[in-house]
Parts: sequence; C-alpha cells; structure tokens
Amino acid sequence: MALSKRQRAKVFRLAQYALLVVVIVVLALAADWTEVKRAFFNLDIAASMFPNVITTALKNTIVYTALGFAFGLVLGLVLALMKLSSVPPYRWIATIYIEFFRGIPALLVFIALGFGVPLAFGLQFDIYSTVMLSLGIVGAAYMAETIRAGIQAVPKGQIEAARSLGMSHGRTLATVVIPQAFRIILPPLTNELILLTKDSSLIYIIGLAREQYELTKFGRETLSRSPSLTPILVVGLCYLVITIPLGHLSRHLERRTGGRKIRTPESTGV
Amino acid sequence: MTDDVAVRITGLKKSFGSLEVLKGIDATVGRGEVVCVIGPSGSGKSTLLRCVNLLEEPTGGKIVVDGTELTDPDVDIDAARVRIGMVFQGFNLFSHLNVLNNLTVAQRKVLKRSPREAQEVALRNLERVGLSEKVNAMPAELSGGQQQRVAIARALAMDPAVMLFDEPTSALDPELVGDVLGVMRELADEGMTMLVVTHEMQFAREVADRVLFMDGGYVVEEGPAAQVIGEPAHERTKSFLARVLDPTHQRPAS
Repeated sequence: MALSKRQRAKVFRLAQYALLVVVIVVLALAADWTEVKRAFFNLDIAASMFPNVITTALKNTIVYTALGFAFGLVLGLVLALMKLSSVPPYRWIATIYIEFFRGIPALLVFIALGFGVPLAFGLQFDIYSTVMLSLGIVGAAYMAETIRAGIQAVPKGQIEAARSLGMSHGRTLATVVIPQAFRIILPPLTNELILLTKDSSLIYIIGLAREQYELTKFGRETLSRSPSLTPILVVGLCYLVITIPLGHLSRHLERRTGGRKIRTPESTGV
Repeated sequence: MTDDVAVRITGLKKSFGSLEVLKGIDATVGRGEVVCVIGPSGSGKSTLLRCVNLLEEPTGGKIVVDGTELTDPDVDIDAARVRIGMVFQGFNLFSHLNVLNNLTVAQRKVLKRSPREAQEVALRNLERVGLSEKVNAMPAELSGGQQQRVAIARALAMDPAVMLFDEPTSALDPELVGDVLGVMRELADEGMTMLVVTHEMQFAREVADRVLFMDGGYVVEEGPAAQVIGEPAHERTKSFLARVLDPTHQRPAS
C-alpha cells in the first residue's frame, strides 16, 4: 500500500519527534544531575551575586549604554547631515569617519581612549567619559548611515510643503524632516541600542573599580571566586532582560511603522 | 502696476537638463482674479505653477508676486513664500502632526504668532473648509478629500496674497472631488487671488475669470473661460477639449 506524499511527510515528522524524545530521555538518564547543578545552577553562588548584580552591574551596564547611545545619536545625526550636505568637504569628512570607525574593532577604540589618549596626551578621562566617547564614537558611525537613510526616506512632498509655507531649509529639517526620519528609523535604532548594550562590556579592558563593574566584568570577577558557570549564566540572563524586550519593541515598532502606510480600519484597531 | 497685479510672469523659461519644459511664458494674475491653467499632461502646467513659488528654479525670465521679484538672486524666498499659498496634488500634510498642528506649525515658527493666536486662526480656517470636528485627527485618519481641505486651510492660515493649486483634485476618488471644488469655489467668491492647474473643465468654466491653455511649453490660448473652453480658436485647444470633454476619455492620464 503506497503512502501519499502527505502521509509520508506525516510519518517522517512523527519519526523525528520520536527520535528527539529518545535523545532527551537518554541524556536525562545519563547526566549526573548534581554535577550539572554545581556547574551551571549553583544557587549559593547565584544568591551571593545578589543584590550587587542588579544594583551595581546591571545598573552600570544600562548607564554606560545610555551615555554611549545618547552621544552616538547626536554625533550620528551630525554625521548624517554632513553626509547629505551640499558642501563636498563635509561629505568627505563624514564618509571617512563612517568608513574608518565601522571598519575597526570597537575594542580598539576602547583601548585608544582608555590607554592611548592618557599615555599620548596625558589626558585622563573618568570612566563615564571613556565609555560614553568610545561607545558613542563607534555607535555614531553605524547610526549615521541609518539616520541618513531615514532622512532620505521622508517623502519629498513633505519638504516642499514646509518650504512653501515659508520655512527655511534648516527649519524644515528640524520641524518636519528629522522628526519624521526618526519615526521611520526607530526599529533599526532600537537594534543599534541592543548592539551597544552588548558592546558596553568592552569597557572591562580598562581597569574598573568595584562600584564601576558592569555585567560582564562582574560575572568574570565572581567566576574567579567560584568554580562554576553559574555567574556567567546569571549575568547572561541579565543581558537578556535588557535585549529581549528591546528586540520585541523593535519588531513591534517595525510592524507599526510598516503598517501605517497601508492603514485599514482593521489594522487601526489592533 | 503692482497694485492690481498679484502675479506677473515674463518670458519664463525652465529646462530640466536638455529638456525644455517652459519655452517663454508670459502671464499675469490680477488681484482677486481666478486663473485656471489647462492643457495636456506634459505641457508644463505644473512646472509653471511650481515656478511661481520657486519650488522649481526658472532658467530664464522674471516672476513678480505681490510686488516681490522672486527671480532676483538676492530675494528672501522664505519671506516671499509666506505670501504664496500652495496646494499640492498629493496633499502633503505633515504626517507626524495632527490637523491642528499642521495648521499652526508654520504660523508659530515662521510668522512668530503666539500659540493662542495661531490656534484661533487655525480653527477659523478649519471652519472655512468645514472640518472643525477633525481638529485633533491625524492626517492618515482622514479621507483624501478631507486631507486636501485641511491642506487648503493650512495654506490659508498664513494669510497669503495668492493661492496656487496644483491639480488639487487629481489624486481624489471621484466622489470626493466635489467637496474640494466647493471649498475652492467659496474662496473664489470671497475674492481670493487664485492660480489653478486643473483638469476639471466644469470648474474652470464656472469659476475662472480667465483660462490659459498650455501645450508644449507655450501658452497657446488665453481669454475668458467661456471663450477658451466654449469657443476655442486654436486647433490644439479644440482637439484637447474634444478629448477631455468626450465622455469615453473623460480623465486623460496625467
């Protein structure tokens, strides 16, 4: 009795599920659970990390990221406007900046500002300035291209309408173009924020005082006292607490801005 | 001379690259006069209108609006544009602002009116176009006809000396055209100076004081509406009108 194509697919799928269940059962039986628990889920170690993992490490990660993002956004906007300028040298400078900082590792920028500048110029930044400048300088290079694309995506008619009402070029940019551009690029900017959150860990390369620890450094430091993966798992989960909601927010915004142009009575109710 | 003439266009030329779209246009719009520009697509009507507020930079000739020469290289074009209201085919309401802010933003930032005064002017002009109840709506929540009426109110809120209309009903569903034309008709009755590019022959015939027929970058024929549309003298005007007024070709693609 020959099976139809649909029936064959069904049998094949059931076989895969069965195999998966067998593998899981075998692994569960074979595993040494006390050892697994010690290595990954040591509750004593996890408990010892609280509350500092939240009050210091998570807080610092958020503060460092926010500083870097804020500075990067401003610098990125300036670079985007330079890139769109009618003055060629502005465009050249912006292009060189963007190509340079997108092409080198972020870690190198952290080293440059953390060690290079102090050694070369005798200029010592505090930790907040270092992380703000480093993250901002790198983030700006990526955000500049995003912002430029957003500005160019604003319909030409919007600009013509503003100019027709007597707004100058600059006022049109500030009142009409940039607000609309940011609406358009909110989803990619949120993704940029997620990347910066993770890149904020690079500050570990610079010596940090205990109260300056961010998540990665905190996890690493706890690890040196506790022979278990638990600390890494805990700080990893702390990153996810930031990045997963941001990812959802980004996708939500994407759906909303994407749906705005083809707005129907049904979609407005959602 | 500037007292009775709102718009004076002399020898206007405009090229896009090697394509010459306007080949020497002379036209005037008197104060309080309604002038409709008709003609086949590609004849340069929209380009002519867009030159009158310098959205397109003329390649030659002279344009004087409300006593200001726009083609003077040292003109303060932003100040001059305040006196020229523009209504677009695609409405172009600011999509991130609600109706009220669409009407107040330029009043506050360009005319430096107080928020209170700007709001009063806005509400007065929304009432004029019959959309007072939409004051807090976002543009995307409005029909095309409503958006275009808001766009007219937005231009009126700046107290312009001249209103330019660039095919204001061409992007509308047929059943929404009437509302917009009704608002424009009222404006004309109130004595607003208007230069209107349109395919609505009925409107042109009834509302316009004068009609310009353009073809191939020239004004081929001009005169009172009844004369140009009713008894056209030129062969090209005749064949254009025959095509437009023929029911089976009522809306030539633009």
